[in-house]
Order: sequence, then C-alpha cells, then structure tokens
Amino acid sequence: MPKRVLLLALFVVLQSTFAWASSMSESRTYSYTLDNGLDVIVREDHRAPVVTVMVWYRVGSIDEPAGMTGISHMLEHMLFKHTKHLTPGEYTELVARYGGRTNAFTSYEYTGYYQEYEASRLPLALELEAERMANLVIHEDEFYREAKVVHEERRQRTDDNPNALAWEKFAAILRPGTGYAHPVIGWQRDIEGYEPSQAMHWYEQWYAPNNAVVVVAGDVNAEETQQLVQKYFGALKTKNLPHRPAPQLAPPAGERRLNLQLAVQVPTLYMGWNVPSLATATDDEDFYALIMLAGVLDGGYSARIESNIVRGQRLAAGAGASYQGVAREDGVFTIRATANPDVSLTLLEKKLIEEIELIATTPPSTTELERVRAQVLASKVFGQDSVFGQAMELGYYAMANIHWQEADKFADKLAQITPDMVSKVAQRWLIPERMAVAHVQPQLKEEQ
Amino acid sequence: MSASRLPALLIVFLLVTSVIGALMFAESDKDSTSLKEATGVFPTSLADINTHSEAPKLAIQTWETQAGTKVLFLPTQQLPMLDVRLTFNAGGARDGELAGLARLTNAMLDQGTEQLDVTALATAFENLGADLSLDSYRDMAVASLTTLTDEAILDKALALFTQVLTEPSFPQESLERLRTRTLQQLKMQQQTPGPQLSRAFQAALFQQHPYAQPTLGTESSLQQINTDTLRHFYNTYYTAANATLAIVGDVSREKAETLSERITAKLPAGEAAPTLAQAQPQAGSHEHITFQSSQTHITLGNQVVGREHPDYIPLYVGNHILGGGSFSAILMDEVRQKRGLVYGIYSNISPMAAAAPFTIQLQTANNNKDDALALTLSLLKDFIAEGPTESQVALAINDLTGSFALSTASNSALVGQLSVIGFYNLPLDYLANLHHELQQVSAQDIKAAFAKHLDPEQLVMVSIGPEAPDWDKQNEQE
Repeated sequence: MPKRVLLLALFVVLQSTFAWASSMSESRTYSYTLDNGLDVIVREDHRAPVVTVMVWYRVGSIDEPAGMTGISHMLEHMLFKHTKHLTPGEYTELVARYGGRTNAFTSYEYTGYYQEYEASRLPLALELEAERMANLVIHEDEFYREAKVVHEERRQRTDDNPNALAWEKFAAILRPGTGYAHPVIGWQRDIEGYEPSQAMHWYEQWYAPNNAVVVVAGDVNAEETQQLVQKYFGALKTKNLPHRPAPQLAPPAGERRLNLQLAVQVPTLYMGWNVPSLATATDDEDFYALIMLAGVLDGGYSARIESNIVRGQRLAAGAGASYQGVAREDGVFTIRATANPDVSLTLLEKKLIEEIELIATTPPSTTELERVRAQVLASKVFGQDSVFGQAMELGYYAMANIHWQEADKFADKLAQITPDMVSKVAQRWLIPERMAVAHVQPQLKEEQ
Repeated sequence: MSASRLPALLIVFLLVTSVIGALMFAESDKDSTSLKEATGVFPTSLADINTHSEAPKLAIQTWETQAGTKVLFLPTQQLPMLDVRLTFNAGGARDGELAGLARLTNAMLDQGTEQLDVTALATAFENLGADLSLDSYRDMAVASLTTLTDEAILDKALALFTQVLTEPSFPQESLERLRTRTLQQLKMQQQTPGPQLSRAFQAALFQQHPYAQPTLGTESSLQQINTDTLRHFYNTYYTAANATLAIVGDVSREKAETLSERITAKLPAGEAAPTLAQAQPQAGSHEHITFQSSQTHITLGNQVVGREHPDYIPLYVGNHILGGGSFSAILMDEVRQKRGLVYGIYSNISPMAAAAPFTIQLQTANNNKDDALALTLSLLKDFIAEGPTESQVALAINDLTGSFALSTASNSALVGQLSVIGFYNLPLDYLANLHHELQQVSAQDIKAAFAKHLDPEQLVMVSIGPEAPDWDKQNEQE
C-alpha cells in the first residue's frame, strides 16, 4: 500500500495548504533579501530543539554546456574538501564534534548543501556555509582523486542498473535539445575528461550570494537568525551572473520512440510528455489541473492505474504516474510500468493510453477529485512533522522561483479545479506530438 | 508494502532530482581539539557555542491492554496528527518452511476485509487522507497508521485500521496478484548486483538459522503459499500477546487507552512467539557470484553481540569510528578519500532479536577489487589489534551524543523509537541511558570488545562481479 500519495508526496505535497496551517506558517515564516542579493527564508518551528540550515544555489545540470555535463555535481563533491580556512577533513570533523549531520544534493536545476544540528549550533552552520560560498580551494591531486570517486558513483548508480540506464536514455528524448536531456551525474566521457579549472570556473560563475537561497528551519529566533546571516554572509560580494533566457514552453517535439535491449529480466515501459510547468504555463490553471490529473491516475492505491491496470486487468506488477510542474523551466508528465509475465509492452502502453483517453473524453468524478484534495490537506499537516522536510520544501519552491506564500495557496487553487478542466488538460497536453516512449526489453540470449 | 510500486517511483524521483550524496572524510589521527589552534580564529562562531548535549527526556507512558498488548504512548500536542504503529513478532524469521510467508501475510492485510474489498478499503483510507503502511522485516511485522486528529477523521481512520488488523479476508485473487508481483521482484533482483549479494551473504552468515532465508521468498516457496497458510500464519502470530503498540501524537491519555483497547480487543487470541535460538558466529569462508557488472561488490562480517551485552556499547562506538559514521569514519577516509577506490564503504552492527551481525560493505571498479579488499581487511585488522585513539573516541562520543536531539525531533522518529523500545523490551529510559553510557566508553573498552567478539581471521566474505577478488592478497597501499 502506498505510504503516502506518492505523486503528491513528490511534487505537490512539497507545498502548503490547509486553512489554519496556512495562516500559521505565514506567521512564523520570514523571508528577505540581503543587500548583496542573498535570499533568506527562516521558518520558526519550536517543536524540538533542532535546526536545519541549507544553502541552495540556482545552478544544476540543465545549465551545463556539452562536454561539461555533471560539472555541477563534481563541484558539489569538491566543496566538502578544501577551503581557505579548512583543510580536508576539518569540515567533517567540526560537524561531527558538534553532533551534526551534513550532506548535499545536485539536481537538474539546483545544488543544495545542508547541515542539521541541535539548535544552539546555528552560528557554526551559517559560518561554514559562508565559507563554502566564497572560499573554495582546488588542489589538482585532490580533484583527480575525487573524479575517480564520481566515476565509481556513476558505475554504482547508473551503469550497473539497467533501469537507471534506461531512464537516462529515455530522459535524453523526453525533452530533446534542452539541459534536461543529459544526466545530472554527467556522461561518462565527460567525467573522464574533467579538469580542475572547469570546476573552479563553474564555482566562480555561479556561487554568489545573488544566486543562492539560505533556508533556516527549526528552533530558532528569526531576528537573531537575521543578524547571524548578515554577520556571516553580509560582506560577500554580488557577482554578475551569466544571462539566462526566460523559461518558455517548448513546442511539440514530435512523437519519439526508443526500443532498448538491456540486461533487465522484467520488461519495463516509460512514457512521458513535455508539458507546461507553473513557470511556463500561459494559464496557471493548466498546472493545477495537471496535478489533479496525476492524482486521478495515480494518487494512491484506489486511483485508476492501481485499480484498473495493476488490479483490474493485471497487466503490470507495478505502475505509476507523476507530474513535475514545479520547475525552473518546462514541466514533464511521466508514466512508468513494469509488465506482468506474458503482457507485451505494446499492450500495456495501449491500455495506459486508453486510461488517459477515457479521462480526456469523460470528466473524472468529483469524488475522485475530492480524494486528491483530502490527501493534499492531510499531507500538508504530516509534512510539518519534519523540520528537515520543511526546509527542503522551502528551498525547492524557491529554486522554481515560486514564493512560499504563493505555494501556500496551492490547496485553495486545487480546490477550484473542476472535472472538465482535468479532461481538458488531458486532451490538450497528453498528445502524441508531445510524447516520448521507451520500451525496455531483456537482451536476446546468445545462441547456445 | 508497495515493494514494486515504491521503488518504481523512487527511481524516477532519484533520477529527476538525483539527490547525490557528497563525499567526506576525516583525518583519523588528528587530535580533535587541535583544530581551532591549527586554523587560527576560524570558525569564529565556536566562541559562542559548546559541544554540550542533553539526554533526551521522553516521558513515555506505558500500560497493557486487556487483551495483553504492551502499549507505549507519548503525547505530542503541536500538530493535529497521530501515529499508531502495531508491531508483531512475526517477521521473516517466522517463515518456517515457506520463505516469504511472513512478508506475504503482512502485504495481504490491506487486500480486503470481511466488510470491504481491496478497492473500497483503499478508497476509504485515501478519502480521509489517512496513510496505512505495512512493512515486514526479519524480526518485525509492522502496521502503521498516520492520520489527522480532526474528529470527523480520527475515529473513522482508527476503525479502518482496526478492521485491517482484525478482519483480513485474504482473497485468493489478491494472493495470485501479489504472488506474481513478488516473482517479478525476484527477477528484478537479478538485474543488479546489490540484492543478489545481500541474499547470498545472509545465507552464508546464517546457514541453518531462520535469518538465512530470503524474506522475499523463492520461486518454489512462493508457489506453495495458499490462503490457508496465510490464515494460519496470521492466526498464530498476529495476536494481542505477540504485539507491541506505539502511539505518538495529539491525543489524550484517555483517548490513547480507548483506542489501544479497540485495536487489540479483536485480534486473534494467542501467545507470544517462542524465543528464537541465538545465531552463532561462523567459521571464515568466501564465496563469489559471477555477474556481468562494472563494479565488484563485497560484503564481509560475522556475528558480534547485541544490546543485551555490556560490550555492545563499545562495539557501537567502535563501529562508528571504523565505518559507521558515514563522513568521519576510518574506512571512508582511507578507501574513498585518500585513494578514490569507492563511492561508498560502510560498516554496520545490526542488533536483532537473535543475532547482531557486524558487516562491512563496499563496491569498487572491477580492476580495483583486489586492492580495495586487501586495504579494507588490513584496516579492520589494524583496528582490532590497536583500537582507536582517544581523540577518535572523544570525537565519536561528541558526534553520537550530540545528534540525539535529531533522532527524536519528529513524531515519525518518535514512533519508531517507541516501537523498538517496546519490541526489544528495552527500558523506557533507554535513550537517556544510552546517552549516559556512551560517554563512559574508552579506547581501551573498544579495543577489548572488538578483540573479544570479532576475529579478523574468521570472516564470512561474499562478492559479486565478473571475477572473484583475491581473498588472500596482502595490502600494498601506503
């Protein structure tokens, strides 16, 4: 049984909603921008004596030119090594000495760093992040050794996992000609060719207060936090950032199909459509209606894909749909399914398309939409259980240029979506001209 | 228990947002107090903070229901939500002849009740925004509910949860579907090295012990499971006397007592599951699985001792220093940071009801497999022979005690802590005791505990990759 509504948990529920929760979070969330352009978001949550500090940079794999794929991620690795005031090992040791946890994540659109501690350690966390923002040192031997580690990471995550490999190839045709078409970790040949100067150049270009968001969540005082952020980050210099074109909805790329023979034992189907995100939609209603569409198809164990494809017709061992509409550029609507024995991927694809066509021609019931809303409302409360989760959510919206106050209104806007609107977005956006499909089949056995 | 569903979506999530861990290391022989002097005034903030940490004070309440279930309750008022977790001594260790039976029984609970079919049941939960989750481990079978405490929702969600636990109908149609799904999962496990290795290692380490069996089952055992065997397993193990109930959230003691009675009253009558025989340490062995992958994965280890033994705390701290504290551990520092041989290398102690395996796991490019293994074994031998330095111990104690606040900071973390305390019969002040005991551990304690419980010449080692590593190669790394 799905733990939470997975689609919602991933893409919608990273949000805000619920009448009282909304007013509550407004009263205890503070955001402002320092003179040097650094955005700061503070959420006071005094339930437990802990704090999460994150710094999110608006740079990720979609910003990388050909030949330098994965450099954002490589740079992320280097930022745990050497800085002006810390030699390798010292950062880690400091965090451990104060009982902290630290790590980082790189994505298509952003690179984020975090530290979690008992709440009194807030000044240390901020000082260490300011050091990371301004004072990187790269030594050649450390760089090449770390490139080996990244190479191992790629082998482990992608090369030895045929489903990950399949997804990488599928992603390359899902949004062709964009930065989303290459993997976050980078193509192997690029990893092999990294030079220290590339990473340093990337750092100098993008790591600046005016390209970052500091998120502090937990048992802190907003005023004191503001003074500390000013103290550690206030003197950092604004940089001239490279020009970025405004996000635009891509025209239909035409139907794309991929037939892959990989070392899988179970045939797998990937389908995806490039569709508007909140950033590229000409009408915001499309964004909210696509969320509801994903919820009707796969908002849980009672949703249509589970009820009809997995249980009713027993075509798939597992299947799911999701809409990623919170994005810096275009959105994407994807379906993934693993076939049951003796079910062809062609049949599975046909039956999934029929589910979409059914929604396009016959509006879903209001009870289906009410179920999605009930899940969104509940998940909003459940999401406040974790300080770390709240910090993730605040940073995630900021990276898509969605103000947290705007995100707080998502549930109200979802409540205005009618069954007809859901039909309309299915008709309008989930069309063959916007679709990419990958059929992943087991390799043919060599003849004995 | 969406074992096929959840990974499917997680894969997409991981690749869409590709949350990629960063690397870390520590200079293991550095005196942790020297850092401030060594780097001048940085970080200036150290003047304003200290390393002091408080023991968590959890006012856990406990009682037994009339049906005989132990309850642990912790009220938290700030959020209008409730977590309820019922844990049965009914994990894979109780499979008997039919590997996978415990897991399948657990997964069948939400497939229909005497009153509602599978879709009606799912719809009812989801219309309330309530989350039901079912999980099966080697010791535990778990059913968890997370719900809002709004009056219009709470009682309905609890009634559904009770129905799932007390009136499962085990429909034949669902059994066939879940059997097919599990068989597909078994096939998918053959696609990547990790699951095949952990299955083989478990079998090698536990031999004839019940923990040796694969919890997912085998092709042949899955075919032998029918609705009668499921019902029999359920009637034997999903009993009030064999359960622990953890409740965390925004309800009163009175309400918690009422709901604990309601949930457990109609469970099958029964008794606590018999105690499992303790697993014994194995003689050294090695085994290789041939598989076409670009990395070779290696797991090695043996039995040590668990929470009930006084040496567990030194072993726990020692493991943190050697390879458990992911970012400042010896293995990470030497194998990854200094030589770039791996992305991840970790050691672990898993205290269970009838065993406490210590393991080290690593993955490395095929052409590095001999060097990486020789280095890892040499680091382990050195650690056992020489123990950690006092400064390593001091740092580990700061790290472990300082992060206690993080491990009790949410309802979901707390309900997990309460379940473990209840299931393993730990004292209610277990966390506070642990916080205190950790601070008493010395380098000598750790050295003695490792020397006593882990023989580096007697390790169970299993690998997977195109070719077996050289198990006996001497370390040549500087």
